[in-house]
Amino acid sequence: MLWLYTRKIGKVQAIAKGIRKIKSRKAGHLEPFTRVNLLMARGRTFLIVTQAETIDAFLNLREDLLLIGYAAYITELLDRFTYDEDDNQQIFNLLNKTLGRINTESDPDLPVRYFEIKLLELLGYRPELTNCVNCGSEIQAEDQFFSISMGGALCPRCGPKIPDASQISLNTLKYLRHYQRSSYTEAAKAKLSPQLNRDLEQLMQRYFTYFLERNLNTPTFIRRVKNRPQQG
Amino acid sequence: MLLPAPIQDLINAFSQLPGIGPKSASRLTFYLLTAPDELSQDLAAALISLKTETTYCQTCFNITVTGQVQCEICSNSDRDQDVICVVEEPLDVLALERTDGFHGRYHVLQGALSPIEGIGPDDLKIRELLARVDSENIGEIILATNPSLEGDATAMYLRQQLTPSGVRITRLARGLPVGGDLEYADQHTLLRALAGRQEMGD
Ligand SMILES: [Zn+2]
Ligand SMILES: [Zn+2]
Repeated sequence: MLWLYTRKIGKVQAIAKGIRKIKSRKAGHLEPFTRVNLLMARGRTFLIVTQAETIDAFLNLREDLLLIGYAAYITELLDRFTYDEDDNQQIFNLLNKTLGRINTESDPDLPVRYFEIKLLELLGYRPELTNCVNCGSEIQAEDQFFSISMGGALCPRCGPKIPDASQISLNTLKYLRHYQRSSYTEAAKAKLSPQLNRDLEQLMQRYFTYFLERNLNTPTFIRRVKNRPQQG
Repeated sequence: MLLPAPIQDLINAFSQLPGIGPKSASRLTFYLLTAPDELSQDLAAALISLKTETTYCQTCFNITVTGQVQCEICSNSDRDQDVICVVEEPLDVLALERTDGFHGRYHVLQGALSPIEGIGPDDLKIRELLARVDSENIGEIILATNPSLEGDATAMYLRQQLTPSGVRITRLARGLPVGGDLEYADQHTLLRALAGRQEMGD
C-alpha cells in the first residue's frame, strides 16, 4: 500500500502490484519522499498505480538519517491532519517545496519550522498571535503566555488565569508571527538560533499533539538518531 | 447473513494476515469447512508448533528450533567466523544461503529503521550486533539490508555505530534496484551483489 499526496486529489492510498519484488520497474520510482508523475486507475477499493516516473528523488535527503527523520516528520503531520481525497494545492506546494528545502539547504531546521506554522494555517488551525485570545487586547512587546487549548497568545494579565497557559518568550512569539506572514525567502532572513529552534519545535509539537490527541512517531525517532544512544 | 461464531472467528483471524482481504478469508474458511478433517488438524498442529517449537538464536537472532541456544549456522565451525552478514529478516538469510555464495555467519536485525512507523534503533537487534563485534574477533561486517529507504537508513546508522570499532564495513553492491525486498531477488542478482560489495566510505 502506497501513501500519496497528489496535486489533483490530495491524499490517497494506492496499490502498485509487485513493487516489493526486486525486479519491478516501478519499485525505484515509488520510494518514500519521491516526487513522481503517476498514472492511476480506479480499482474497486483502491487506486492502482499503472505507471510511475520520478520527477525529483530528493537524493541528498536520503543520504542522511536526520534528514530522513525530518522528511518523515512532515509527511506524518500531513497524513495525520488530512483526509483522503481532500485536495489542497497549497498543501501540495508546501510539501513539495519543503522536501526540496530539506534536500538542498544546509540546515533542515528552518524549512521544518516554516512548514509547521504554514501547515497549521492551511489546515485552519492558525494560532492567534497579535491579540490576546482571552481579552482581545493587543499583544505588547513583552514576554507573554500561550494557551494551546485557546489557540494563541495571552497577555500577561490573562495568562496566569488560564490553566493550560505556559510562558512564551517575546522572541519566540516574534518568530512565529514573522513566519506566519512571510514568504520563505523573507523568513530565512531572520537567523534561527538553536535555542529558539528548540522552543519553537517544542511549542509546535505540543500544539500538534493537542489537536491529534495522540503522540507522533517521528519526533521520537529524530531524538534517538540525534542522541545516538547506542554509542559505547 | 449472520454466520455461526466459529466460522466468523476463523474469517476474522485470516483477515489479519498480510495480503488477505475479507473475501479471501471467507473463501479459505469455507474451503476448510468442506475439506477432509486431516487438513484442519494438520494446519492446527502446524500453527501451534510454529510458535512453541521455534525460538531465536541467541547469537544471530535468526529463527531456530526450541531448546537450541544457537542456530545451525552459528554452531557450524566450518563457516567463516570472522565475517558477519547483517540482514533485516530470516527470509533474507534463506535467500543468501540459496546462492551458496556466502560462508560466514549472519546477524538478523528483525526489521529496519522506519521513522514513519516509529521503528527506532532500540527496536532492532543493533545493540546485540555491536556486542558481537566487541566480543568476537570480527574482520568484516557486510551490510545486506534491503536496497530501500529503510534499508539504506539502517545501513547508514549501523555504519555510524560500527565505525569506532575499526571493523571493515561493506555494503551489498548496487546491482539491486531500489525499493525491493531481498527475499524476492533471483540468485544471479544476489550473487553479483555479493561479489561486488564495496567499502562504506564517508
Ligand atoms: Zn488578555
Ligand atoms: Zn545463529
